[in-house]
Amino acid sequence: MSTISLQDTHHHDNHDDHGHGHHQETFLTKYIFSQDHKMIAKQFLITGIIMAVIAMGLSILFRLQLAWPDQSFPILETFLGKWAEGGRIRPDFYLALVTIHGTIMVFFVLTAGLSGTFSNLLIPLQLGARDMASPFLNMLSYWFFFSACVIMMGSFFIQTGPASAGWTVYPPLSALPKAIDGSALGMTMWLISMVLFVASSLMGGINYVSTVLNMRTKGMDLWKMPLTIWAFFLTAILGILSFPVLVAGVVLLVFDRSFGTSFYLSDIVMGTQILPNEGGSPILWQHLFWFLGHPEVYIVIMPALGISSEIISVNSRKPIFGYHAMIYSLIGITILSFIVWGHHMFVTGMNPLLGGVFMITTLIIAVPSAVKTFNYLATLWRGNIRFTPAMLFAIGLVSFFISGGLTGIFLGNASLDINLHDTYFVVAHFHLVMGSAAIFGMLAGVYHWFPRMFGKMMNAKLGYLHFWLTFICAYLVFFPLHFLGLDGVPRRYYAFTEFEFMQKWLTVNVFVTWAAIIAALAQVAFLFNFFYSIFKGKKAPQNPWEANTLEWTAPVEHLHGNWPGEIPTVYRWPYDYSKPGAETDFIPQTVPFSQTMSSNLPHDFEGNTEAEQIQKDWEAANKPAEKAE
Amino acid sequence: MSLRKLINNKTMAALAVLFTAFASTSAFAREAAAAATAKPVDMGPIYKSTLFYVLLFLLLCLFIAIVGKAIKVYELTRESEGKPEGINWNMINGVLFAIFLVVGLYGVYWEYTVHGNMILPEAASEHGKKIDQMFNITLIITTIVFIATHIVLFAFAYFYKSTGKRKAYYYPHNNALERIWTIVPALVLTVLVLMGFLTWRSIFYKIEDPNKKPLSIEVTSSQFTWDVRYPGADGVVGKKNYKLITSINGLGIDFTDKNTWDDQVVDEIVLPVNKPVRFILTSKDVLHSFYMPHFRVQLNTVPGMTSYFEFTPTITSEEMKAKTNDPSFKYLLLCAKICGTNHYNMQKPVRVVTEKEYEEWVVKQGTYLTNDLRKAFKLPVLAEPAAKPATADTTAKDTTANKSKLALKK
Repeated sequence: MSTISLQDTHHHDNHDDHGHGHHQETFLTKYIFSQDHKMIAKQFLITGIIMAVIAMGLSILFRLQLAWPDQSFPILETFLGKWAEGGRIRPDFYLALVTIHGTIMVFFVLTAGLSGTFSNLLIPLQLGARDMASPFLNMLSYWFFFSACVIMMGSFFIQTGPASAGWTVYPPLSALPKAIDGSALGMTMWLISMVLFVASSLMGGINYVSTVLNMRTKGMDLWKMPLTIWAFFLTAILGILSFPVLVAGVVLLVFDRSFGTSFYLSDIVMGTQILPNEGGSPILWQHLFWFLGHPEVYIVIMPALGISSEIISVNSRKPIFGYHAMIYSLIGITILSFIVWGHHMFVTGMNPLLGGVFMITTLIIAVPSAVKTFNYLATLWRGNIRFTPAMLFAIGLVSFFISGGLTGIFLGNASLDINLHDTYFVVAHFHLVMGSAAIFGMLAGVYHWFPRMFGKMMNAKLGYLHFWLTFICAYLVFFPLHFLGLDGVPRRYYAFTEFEFMQKWLTVNVFVTWAAIIAALAQVAFLFNFFYSIFKGKKAPQNPWEANTLEWTAPVEHLHGNWPGEIPTVYRWPYDYSKPGAETDFIPQTVPFSQTMSSNLPHDFEGNTEAEQIQKDWEAANKPAEKAE
Repeated sequence: MSLRKLINNKTMAALAVLFTAFASTSAFAREAAAAATAKPVDMGPIYKSTLFYVLLFLLLCLFIAIVGKAIKVYELTRESEGKPEGINWNMINGVLFAIFLVVGLYGVYWEYTVHGNMILPEAASEHGKKIDQMFNITLIITTIVFIATHIVLFAFAYFYKSTGKRKAYYYPHNNALERIWTIVPALVLTVLVLMGFLTWRSIFYKIEDPNKKPLSIEVTSSQFTWDVRYPGADGVVGKKNYKLITSINGLGIDFTDKNTWDDQVVDEIVLPVNKPVRFILTSKDVLHSFYMPHFRVQLNTVPGMTSYFEFTPTITSEEMKAKTNDPSFKYLLLCAKICGTNHYNMQKPVRVVTEKEYEEWVVKQGTYLTNDLRKAFKLPVLAEPAAKPATADTTAKDTTANKSKLALKK
């Protein structure tokens, strides 16, 4: 409880400096309905972690089914009841598991858990703002997200079970309760949850964009922002422009399901019952869904890339290579990601002409991604690498980003996609490039900014254990899956028992499941480390990683308003690591050039002739003196 | 000196802790093993064994905790003795990356050669060969990039690990280098895009050759079956309308269209080799995906929309059995789009045969038009004379169906 009292004193001491009108913080306003961006970030993070654990548990359940399709696990019946009668998961529940696993991971963990946590935490702290542009909207954003989570999980407790049409919920399967049980009430809950979720991420996104544009501290122009902020900023723009399309799609689906319209339905006969719907098209849903859905995968990966840029630079003790190129490639990805959605639809019967167009745009998007990868490698070159757990995860991210990105070149090619579409090759591809890579970005961020969030250090050795187990197991899980896909094994198959040619993959399935179980158990190391360190961790020093960015100048003990007294001014870019001539191997952004005369480079002054002259004079005055010594 | 004593005590204490832990671990293990061996029959209730695994895991956690404590004690000892940090974690992680690289490269080689040999055999269609060619080119390029970048990544991690003696090299950008690695991937991708685009066009934009008209086959998907309709002697698959679907007319065939009268119902897809075939794909209820991996063919079936896939099979089933050295080899049609509970078992056998075998097979297939349907559609008088051959056909069909089922079981 000491932290609370400390914060309170700070709060009162500095009351005049930041004009926030909170006087007495109660438990409710501090921990529950908090409007402080740091607390909201923690709320997002912990909710995200809980959802991630749930989704991981679901994946273990269906991996068990895939590995041992004929075996009975009585314990499953104990917990799941009728969904696992006789200790075996039912086929419809299997589909519900994959659906909810996908939905939670993509939306609740990697969108809200990642963007929500780190945008909230870092945008004000790295830009030098007291809080978000609208703290109230920010609080609402969290609570909408929380309600979305509760409703989604609630669907496990209804009679017909959760949505089970895949996370892309393609109608007509998702529109007709007769087609699958999950499309009854469970699907309605999925849709409601998704509308709340989109509302949440829009509120968040608008807040992030307005904060970045309006509330940067003195000297922090756009080209001095850390790459994390650039990534969050562009991610927020992407979300604002694409998420509303999903809401439109979802509302139409609600209409089709509940009010008898025919946006997505036409010419359907269930058994011999002819449905009255006419004139709709299931393809329309796919266009609307993927118009969000594709930007969504960049919404997931871009914050992770931003986080790893920062972490790789800090721990290599080197400036990020090609800062401008990194930003331009992020901008390129942002723009291009809007015109590639059709590559999810090459074989849906969409006009083949469109397939050709989308193939071209899709493969172009690989160029900025390649640039980013090479820049990461160049940043590591001749660095002085400190392997903090965060750095390990950032390097892991680069590895996954390469491995998964390269298989994207196969899938983005419409002709190759014919045979790979909806097979395990796709599963392997996106689990590496957006699943593993993004989650590694998130974990890297947690390890790196944990001291900033909780004022404590995490245990590094448990971090190493966590990293190596997770890294190795992730490859063991996903690498073999490519070959199942190349053998034509479709995804979302409940069992491989009905096809003779799939029998040979059963042993691989057992192996993959064991790897997945070990990976899941490895997360216990993280969870323990995380929650234990919140309470019992070593107290964090002011700047544990010796980083340049602004968040490390704020006091370790949190206060609403971030800095006591004036907000620091920014003089330089955030990546002055190991600058020749400097005393330390890092120069924080708040250090003016006048204090680092010995390390200034002509490039630093950006054409400011007056400053250049001062520097020249100084050099002229100091050089002979050095020689004299 | 007293400090040293204390430390010695601490080390001793840690050793003692370690020892007891190991002892108890092995004791536990022995107990567990004893429990397991003593009553091997009693292992039945897996409920208990779940608990057993949980305990095993807790034990593992305990072990890790003890190792952790031991490391901590060791490091504290070094610290208070004023010696440099005991364990150089930068070194360990750097070396682990190097080991990961070597083992990983071997793993990739193993995967490519072992699992890589378990994948689909060569494409059994004309366009499939082009796809395979594209695939191989892409595979070679991506594998080179994959290996090269990973060697660079992990080698850098190993060689540039912090030693505490060196300062990193301040190298913020190099425009020439950045230009190179923007332009080179762009060029490579341009080549891939062009090739892919041309292949794609050649697959979906077929030039109609009046002399070599493709065989039209209509496939209707519904939860969880494929209904296949052959065009009959006239070569035209007649009209259908979903509104006409009844229990006796499951596809809703519109028998007022004379083209439907000779349409044939089959229970396996049989294709003549080296003859273009055009599949007309429709769906009755939800989305399905018409996926025949051996021919590199996939297209979704969409209710309310008809889609087409035209291709030419080039290898007969018998030839493929010889090529794959697998006497049980079968071509398959399966569903690749999630479609409901039995999605995992929605299949249809496919056979590619010589033209002669095909002609023999196709005449044996029965027509859709049965007596009941003739009555239902109030068809003209020619209904009665045609009725007998129709029933004869159905019985013939039944026996062939049984035969093919038997063949399948083999």
